[in-house]
Amino acid sequence: MSTVSDSVNFSAPGGVDAGLTPKQLAAKYGLSVSGKRPGFSQYVRELWARRHFIVAFATARLVAQYTTAKLGQVWQVLTPLLNCAVFYLVFGVMMNGKNEVGDDYIAWLCIGVFVFQFSQSAVLSGTRSISDNLGLIRALHFPRAALPIAFTVIQLQQLLISMVVLVVIVAFFQLPTMTWLLVIPALLLQCGFNTGLALAMARIGAKTSDMAQLMPFLLRTWMYTSGVMYSVQGAVDKFPTFFRVLFRLNPASVYMDLIRYGFVPNAYNKDALPPHVWLIALAWAVVAGVAGFVFFWKAEEEYGRG
Amino acid sequence: MADTATTETRGVGMTNTQDARVPTVVVDDVHIVYKVHGAGSGKGSATSALSRIISKKRSPAIREVHAVRGISFTSYRGEAVGLIGSNGSGKSTMLAAIAGLLPTERGAIYTNGQPSLLGVNAALMNDLTGDRNVILGCLAMGMSPAEVKARYQDIVDFSGINEKGDFISLPMRTYSSGMAARLRFSIAAAKTHDVLLIDEALATGDQKFQRRSEDRIRELRKEAGTVFLVSHNNNSIRDTCERTIWIEKGELVMDGSTEDVMKEYENANH
Repeated sequence: MSTVSDSVNFSAPGGVDAGLTPKQLAAKYGLSVSGKRPGFSQYVRELWARRHFIVAFATARLVAQYTTAKLGQVWQVLTPLLNCAVFYLVFGVMMNGKNEVGDDYIAWLCIGVFVFQFSQSAVLSGTRSISDNLGLIRALHFPRAALPIAFTVIQLQQLLISMVVLVVIVAFFQLPTMTWLLVIPALLLQCGFNTGLALAMARIGAKTSDMAQLMPFLLRTWMYTSGVMYSVQGAVDKFPTFFRVLFRLNPASVYMDLIRYGFVPNAYNKDALPPHVWLIALAWAVVAGVAGFVFFWKAEEEYGRG
Repeated sequence: MADTATTETRGVGMTNTQDARVPTVVVDDVHIVYKVHGAGSGKGSATSALSRIISKKRSPAIREVHAVRGISFTSYRGEAVGLIGSNGSGKSTMLAAIAGLLPTERGAIYTNGQPSLLGVNAALMNDLTGDRNVILGCLAMGMSPAEVKARYQDIVDFSGINEKGDFISLPMRTYSSGMAARLRFSIAAAKTHDVLLIDEALATGDQKFQRRSEDRIRELRKEAGTVFLVSHNNNSIRDTCERTIWIEKGELVMDGSTEDVMKEYENANH
């Protein structure tokens, strides 16, 4: 047996490349270390190229959520509607809707719950976004940040559906005012904040699976300290200044206040919402968005490993 | 370290005078060590876990497995390389490392572009329908929506999912393992990859699909790619690869033409 291939070493570089070490050979042909993290600007470009994937993934996931239910997509509207009904039953009928907020308490409460749920579920699904999609991550190559961002988009779509339901209900009791337009920039800022938070939690959750167990408790604490069901500013009035400032800076309270003010301005007297609230909202969106993204990118090569 | 890397397992000298080939994957003295969690046989009760945390002892449940021990090879553009070896010899580990999914303990792997790994277990999105999977998979690989639209029918036809009725509009969890593997391969093969790594993906398809995918692998190679194939089916290696690497216990046993390596491999296993 003397085939031609017998005398060929399949690995050794031939011709002019003979004698190069593997490292030199790789360098000569511009090969890069496998699984290396791309540079920041290249990463952003790759992610931008996947924008269609992010939207399509979010839409498909949202639709798939209810495929096993008989009523199907009706649940997308029914869930927020039932939520409002429960709140009306408990706080409007049983507790007579009396609160420091006043007559608009039910609307005020529903907005708070939906807005907080947006942040809450973005964090929860962000935490699981890497570990729940290992199959996809290991099979196809794409910037991993697409996943936590897509899950935030899902939550945004869900919030928008809830908001539409809410607007219809609120419109029964009061005519739309100009302040309703304020909801749009407020939601955009909250989106930036949530995306950053989801990205950061995705990295932590990918490494430490214990986080998925711990998060519900942390989130519940956050919910009660953010004043979803009561006006938190009134509750902390007697606290030392340091804590009052801390509660005022709480991003969840800030975004809830902005959106509540947009929908039911009657619940706030004019000076309750000074312009610096918008500045805090903007600062949170930029800081959390950028920091979360950089934090996630720093471990890009590690997702799906193990 | 690097100078030990020119493998001469068979004692073959570097006597080839052919033109310089373009390398696509350079594996340079790679060692891979797995850290396996939860492998211990100790008591798994909460109290023992707690006492471990308090006494700051390292959990006995973490064990190290040295899966690949110093493998080196270089593959070139247009090659189809088969990886053979017994179960647990480190073939799949090697592929995962080339894909960048496993960190190397020592040594380095250099690749051209981003290798794509097609494994049997790499399910896409089970709760979504087949057509959603096709669209999302293509978008994730970086195709534009227009490209996806143009390729969609080809992908579905290639997978043969719709041969027995309209299965593409059913969720992927209702597919048999063979159907799921076929769809996955069709999605991944729709794009030209610089390096395509296939881990037994063809073993699950039927005869007709195996022939089709072998044709597609040949096409991919012509489009200046490199294909790695891990399989226990010696025939599918023979049909698709002209070069084969034999790995045993994490070490490279033989690297040469499929004909030679297969002969040795089959002799050793009889």
